[in-house]
Amino acid sequence: MDPAGRKVRVATAWLSGCSGCHMSLLDMDERLLELASRIELMASPLTDWKEFPETDVTLVEGAVGNVEQLELIRLIRSRSRLLVSLGDCAITGNVPAMRNVYPVEDLLRESYEAQSAPVIGVPGRGSAVPRLIDRVLQVHQVVEVDYFLPGCPPDAGAIYELLAALCEGRQPALETRRFG
Amino acid sequence: MTIEELCERQQKELERQASLRRRIACCTAAGCMSCGADSVRRAVKAEIEARGLANEVEVCGTGCMGLCSRGVLVRTSDDGSLWGQVTAADAAALVSEQPAASAELAARRIDTNAAFFTRQLRIVLANSGVADPERLDDYIATGGYQALAKALSEMTPEEVIAEVRRSGLRGRGGAGYPTALKWELVAKQKSTPKYVICNADEGDPGAFMDRSVLEGDPHRVLEGMAIAGYAVGAQQGFIYVRGEYTLAIQRLQTAIRQAEREQLLGNRIFGDNFQFRIDLRIGAGAFVCGEETALIASIEGKRGQPRQRPPYPPESGLWGQPTLINNVETFANIAPIIRNGGDWFARIGTPTSTGTKVFALAGKIANTGLIEVPMGISLREIVFDIGGGVPGGRFKAAQTGGPSGGCIPAEYLDTPVDYESLAAIGSIMGSGGLIIMDDQSSMVDVARFFMEFCMEESCGKCIPCRAGTVQMHDILSRLLRGEATRLDLEMLERLATLLKETSLCGLGITAPNPVISTLKYFRHEYEALLAGAAQEKCHERQDADH
Amino acid sequence: MSVKTLTIDGRPVTGRAGETIFNVAWDNGIRIPRLCHVGGLTDVGACRLCLVEIEGQNRLAAACLTPVEEGMVVRTQTDRLREHRRLLVELLLAERNHVCSVCVMNGACELQDLAAELGVDHVRLRYLHPKLEVDTSHERFGMDHNRCVLCTRCVRVCDEVEGAHTKDVAGRGTLSRIIHDLDQPWGESDTCTGCGKCVHVCPTGALFTKGKSVMEMIKDRRFLKYIVTARERRQWILQEEK
Repeated sequence: MDPAGRKVRVATAWLSGCSGCHMSLLDMDERLLELASRIELMASPLTDWKEFPETDVTLVEGAVGNVEQLELIRLIRSRSRLLVSLGDCAITGNVPAMRNVYPVEDLLRESYEAQSAPVIGVPGRGSAVPRLIDRVLQVHQVVEVDYFLPGCPPDAGAIYELLAALCEGRQPALETRRFG
Repeated sequence: MTIEELCERQQKELERQASLRRRIACCTAAGCMSCGADSVRRAVKAEIEARGLANEVEVCGTGCMGLCSRGVLVRTSDDGSLWGQVTAADAAALVSEQPAASAELAARRIDTNAAFFTRQLRIVLANSGVADPERLDDYIATGGYQALAKALSEMTPEEVIAEVRRSGLRGRGGAGYPTALKWELVAKQKSTPKYVICNADEGDPGAFMDRSVLEGDPHRVLEGMAIAGYAVGAQQGFIYVRGEYTLAIQRLQTAIRQAEREQLLGNRIFGDNFQFRIDLRIGAGAFVCGEETALIASIEGKRGQPRQRPPYPPESGLWGQPTLINNVETFANIAPIIRNGGDWFARIGTPTSTGTKVFALAGKIANTGLIEVPMGISLREIVFDIGGGVPGGRFKAAQTGGPSGGCIPAEYLDTPVDYESLAAIGSIMGSGGLIIMDDQSSMVDVARFFMEFCMEESCGKCIPCRAGTVQMHDILSRLLRGEATRLDLEMLERLATLLKETSLCGLGITAPNPVISTLKYFRHEYEALLAGAAQEKCHERQDADH
Repeated sequence: MSVKTLTIDGRPVTGRAGETIFNVAWDNGIRIPRLCHVGGLTDVGACRLCLVEIEGQNRLAAACLTPVEEGMVVRTQTDRLREHRRLLVELLLAERNHVCSVCVMNGACELQDLAAELGVDHVRLRYLHPKLEVDTSHERFGMDHNRCVLCTRCVRVCDEVEGAHTKDVAGRGTLSRIIHDLDQPWGESDTCTGCGKCVHVCPTGALFTKGKSVMEMIKDRRFLKYIVTARERRQWILQEEK
């Protein structure tokens, strides 16, 4: 509940990441029940949604690695009052960005042909698979980000503190944030 | 050699030169050499011999005559005429009774009454274009080594320093530290041995002052160093010269050999108890080795990296010993100061910036070349009178001080060229590089060029310089591609402050200067390059790869 | 021995003549961030994280290289210093590939700690993502250039304590890198004694013992203090590490 008594509209999104941040979110355990009374979960990889909703807070896990994610993060930004980069992938690129030292073409050839039995080969232009962008980007490299919760994964307590603080309309106390 | 012998040799050489009907001086500095000066000299020599005039006419090589854009330059001594764009085919005309009779050559006569020549004042370059840098007698004829003789025979080391103090001479390497103060610091150190180092690791893009001095008048630098050695109590000197300066190195080697043979260097100079040797150390092409502590490390055989100062070299320099480091041009000023007195020197220039300064004019300017002007002259006089203005365009900015300097816009053209005035408008005197830009030049591109230079020349020791220059260069490159945002511009300024305040040595501290000064005077050019208008929320840092 | 009295962050403290601001501060429980400094090795002032403000001086001073002086007023924690330190750490994180989550030193890394301490929760600069090699040619140790911050602790410990001078820096600018002997694979070095001191002074996961997985590498620098005090005072004792 925000200070005005409305439920805070929250969404989470999942870009290039391992879903570990969402696991950490679930690690809030019984605190989830308490939060449930104060927030409304508008959209998340755990729920079904067709169009990304307007929210007060959106937590984004993962880096921006393909054209679909690039479009999605811009849409999310435009519909979120506050945007939170959740975890190292969103903030630093982390493991997904390790591919940035290679050209995309080499990478695809290596994964789809050299290192595996080619079935369909490298996805082409007309493929349903979203095209990879040249370099994996941090979320804040594409859109403005309001809060950063580093960690791989970020600590469940930190996620709780952030959400609770935003519900209560105060600045979150996040002293022990660290990468890794 | 004794002092009497020195005067005798001077007399003899002057008489010999006077007995010649003509002396044909061919500029053999690197600029003219690259235009074929050597073949001109050979052709003239062959012509003289073919005509059997070897006793009457002489051809000699000289240092830079200044108007490099018109090379090969040749001066004929009988009436002092200067000829430009000379080729070997002109040999016959040059040796003939009336060079101007050749219509072809006459068309290339250079007006020595033009402002380019008359507005200059040559002290450091006095012998450049006159004397043969490869002949000791030529230097002696111009009064060479008499200052050293005077210092050794008539003055105490303290008096030498006092004379330099009276001259008001300041370091010509760029920072303008009072030379006498530095000498005093070294002189008062008790520890021996002490060293004198000449910093000839000139590396600013577009700068060739030190090279020209070394190529044109190497003995003058040796003499200045020997006097310094006497004044501070050092017996060993090193010239740290960059390896790319092959001609300068060759002429220095010749000069050192000549001076040693005549005991102008070595043991018991002029029969006095003073001994002084000079050795060359060749740099391997690192700009940072122009920084004094990196230069010292390099001479010691270590990786050329700067270290924290203090302690400063006068206290702890080469191998931990008291060390005097001055720039080529600073040493080149010493002999005239000792010969003519500090008061004479102090009357030239402004009260706080005395003497002259050599500049290398480059960029969008009619008269590209090497000039020496009294301090306090305005930029306008340099650019428009001496430099001949900006061909086919409008003056936009002058860049002084190379990668450590700044850009001076048109509204400050009347600023006097002295240490304080240039610093006040966000640039520096620097070592003498002066690059002129016209209205076609993008100032952001200029900033990017210098940042790229610093990025590649950073030694990598301290984080702000090593990694900061890369990030600044990245932002400038993205600006030029239209991909940078206002946030990037803010970060550029933040990084500029970081480098300035936290870098270990002068290279990093001054690396942001071209950015800072262009932001100060040409901010609109940066703003115009920003990607779209800054959006409130949807802030696109990068347009990925659409 | 002459004693100098000075003020650090408003606290009156004393130090011996010749002692650095850094050491005096740490002796008094005032932690100044650092990366290239490690007690027992010659200081080089390369990381610039220990820069402090000294009253009456325009330029910031590297605490590890500046001796204390009588009456000095030093500030180690100002907004300006914090902002500079933060940006310096960001520069390092962006310069090479520091992927904490898959690093052997995750959780025990000095760079990671510094980032947390200075409140670096994201990097405002472009990550450069250079392509760098991992040298695992040595029998027992590995060198991952992706994690190297070029603090040169390894170079100094190898030269000053082990006396081998196997390591040095080659190249310049951001292309600088640690090399072995005349730039040959570590395993082929003739001078390396395999003592492992370099591994233990390395602040990050750049130098590691082989066979350690993510989060398993813990550095132990106590040996350095033993050696230094043994040399300086001829006593085999362990002093608190700086």
